[in-house]
Amino acid sequence: MSAVTSLTLTDLRARLAAREISAAQATQECLDRIHATEPAVDALLSVQAEAALELAKSLDQSGPKADQPLWGVPIVVKDAICTKGVTTTCGSKILENFVPFYDATCVERLKKAGAIILGKANMDEFAMGSSTENSAYKPTRNPWDVSKVPGGSSGGSGATVAARQCFASLGTDTGGSIRLPASFCGITGLKPTYGRISRYGLVAYGSSLDQIGPMARTPADCAAMLAVMAGHDPKDSTSAPRFVPDFEALTAGRRDLKGLRLGMPEEYWGGGLTAEVDACCRAAIDTARALGAEIVPVALPHTQYAIATYYIVAMAEASSNLARFDGVRYGYRVDNAQDLRELYELSRSEGFGEEVQRRIVLGTYVLSAGYYDAYYRKAAQVRRLIRQDFLDAFETCDVIVGPTSPFTAFGLGEKTGDPLQMYLADIFTISLNLSGLPGLSVPVGLGKDTGMPVGLQMFGRAWDEGTILGAANALSGALPGLGDPSGL
Amino acid sequence: MKFTPEQAAKVAVLARLKLPDDKLERLAAQMGDILSYMDTLEACPTNGVEPLYSPVEHDTPLRMDVAVKTFERADILGQAPDSDGRFFVVPKIVTG
Repeated sequence: MSAVTSLTLTDLRARLAAREISAAQATQECLDRIHATEPAVDALLSVQAEAALELAKSLDQSGPKADQPLWGVPIVVKDAICTKGVTTTCGSKILENFVPFYDATCVERLKKAGAIILGKANMDEFAMGSSTENSAYKPTRNPWDVSKVPGGSSGGSGATVAARQCFASLGTDTGGSIRLPASFCGITGLKPTYGRISRYGLVAYGSSLDQIGPMARTPADCAAMLAVMAGHDPKDSTSAPRFVPDFEALTAGRRDLKGLRLGMPEEYWGGGLTAEVDACCRAAIDTARALGAEIVPVALPHTQYAIATYYIVAMAEASSNLARFDGVRYGYRVDNAQDLRELYELSRSEGFGEEVQRRIVLGTYVLSAGYYDAYYRKAAQVRRLIRQDFLDAFETCDVIVGPTSPFTAFGLGEKTGDPLQMYLADIFTISLNLSGLPGLSVPVGLGKDTGMPVGLQMFGRAWDEGTILGAANALSGALPGLGDPSGL
Repeated sequence: MKFTPEQAAKVAVLARLKLPDDKLERLAAQMGDILSYMDTLEACPTNGVEPLYSPVEHDTPLRMDVAVKTFERADILGQAPDSDGRFFVVPKIVTG
């Protein structure tokens, strides 16, 4: 591993701006690292080496610009996000040959800011999964131990950053898909408030839950990415026409936690955590206290209903969103269908993987006549109660803290046989998506039993990403850091 | 909750999926487990609670009613498995 690829995004940026490192050198070092580590991690579905180097050289010729805050920074984009002229599979066979003719708004903004896209990250098919084993192409492995999963669904995005292949990546988070892989891979991942970043150009899964966000080595790196992508986009009516604060200043400016009340929900800190996760997260809370935070107990009493609520809502929205994959306008089409109906049925049956089919069928069931009220409407009602829990908790605290996952990364194949067991891995992450609030996962140590990374979540009030990024910056600055991933 | 392969097949048809018998059998068993788990929501009192379908709180931003050129027809048709250069082409819809 070179000294350059171990830098944080913000360090790299400073050295690029000072012309101590050229954009071409940074890009080449990343490509070399990809070449060396991909056989072990399989984080990427495609690498655009030539285009990336060409862009880097042209950036070097024109020089850094003040209005390009990510000038020369190599990044990776989750394959659920459209990239003009570059295959975007969403981890599915049904989009194997799909080459978008437009960029997602977030990609457009990152390019405008001078970022260099190296490749597209592997993922669970249509972001449905918690381990990246549901990719139609290959499973991704955890850079800390290649016999373990990187988490999902943005597992490729997590592994590529942890493996030092790039300086930041884009993930998407429908029920924890940024925070879980960030936790399992020992990096920082942020799910912004619903509506903070445009979803235009994101392949939709659960439209009322999906949010694009950054994954990087530090909270400050995530802030740099968020600052570029945030803000209203006329092409996405759910993106909020709101003021975007200076996230980088809010993050770097906070060095302690004085005056901040951290709420510990009893439902997240009770039983069910492995001893090593419990120990790591409690040690982090002690550090937070030493940094001046006031620790207060809070309650999120509807947490027990979150998984059932989430999967009903997500599957219902998925069954509707994925109706567009019909073999007519784009994507896979079966040969020799006798009529239109057979074309739909066979294209979808051959093109979608098993987990996607399972969720489509379940989603269709909960929306069907006679069951809609019992499942979908009921879940939407409980969703409001779950959201109200957070609003009540934020009356007495500024940030809610809890473990990202009850356990560290599990073994490949360990949970694939039982979908319900896999769904239960999302217990601490999904309530946030149901509520639309922002949250991040920041690494707080290595588990004493497994030696694998442990992440702590911080949830904030709507639109208050600055406070959780700042708090995570202060906390991670006071912790020893994880060092380099041990599995490579 | 018990879910039969026949019930699974019926819902699969609604979702425009054609699944072989062995898959339907596995799917039915898994759906039974998952739907039983989802039935835990019955224990949560929700009388009078307004459903929350989306976390969006802002009004839809308005724009001027002006036509804007977005994409070229050739780009869009270029993605299609089959087209005649003007329209998408699909197998026959009306039989007989």
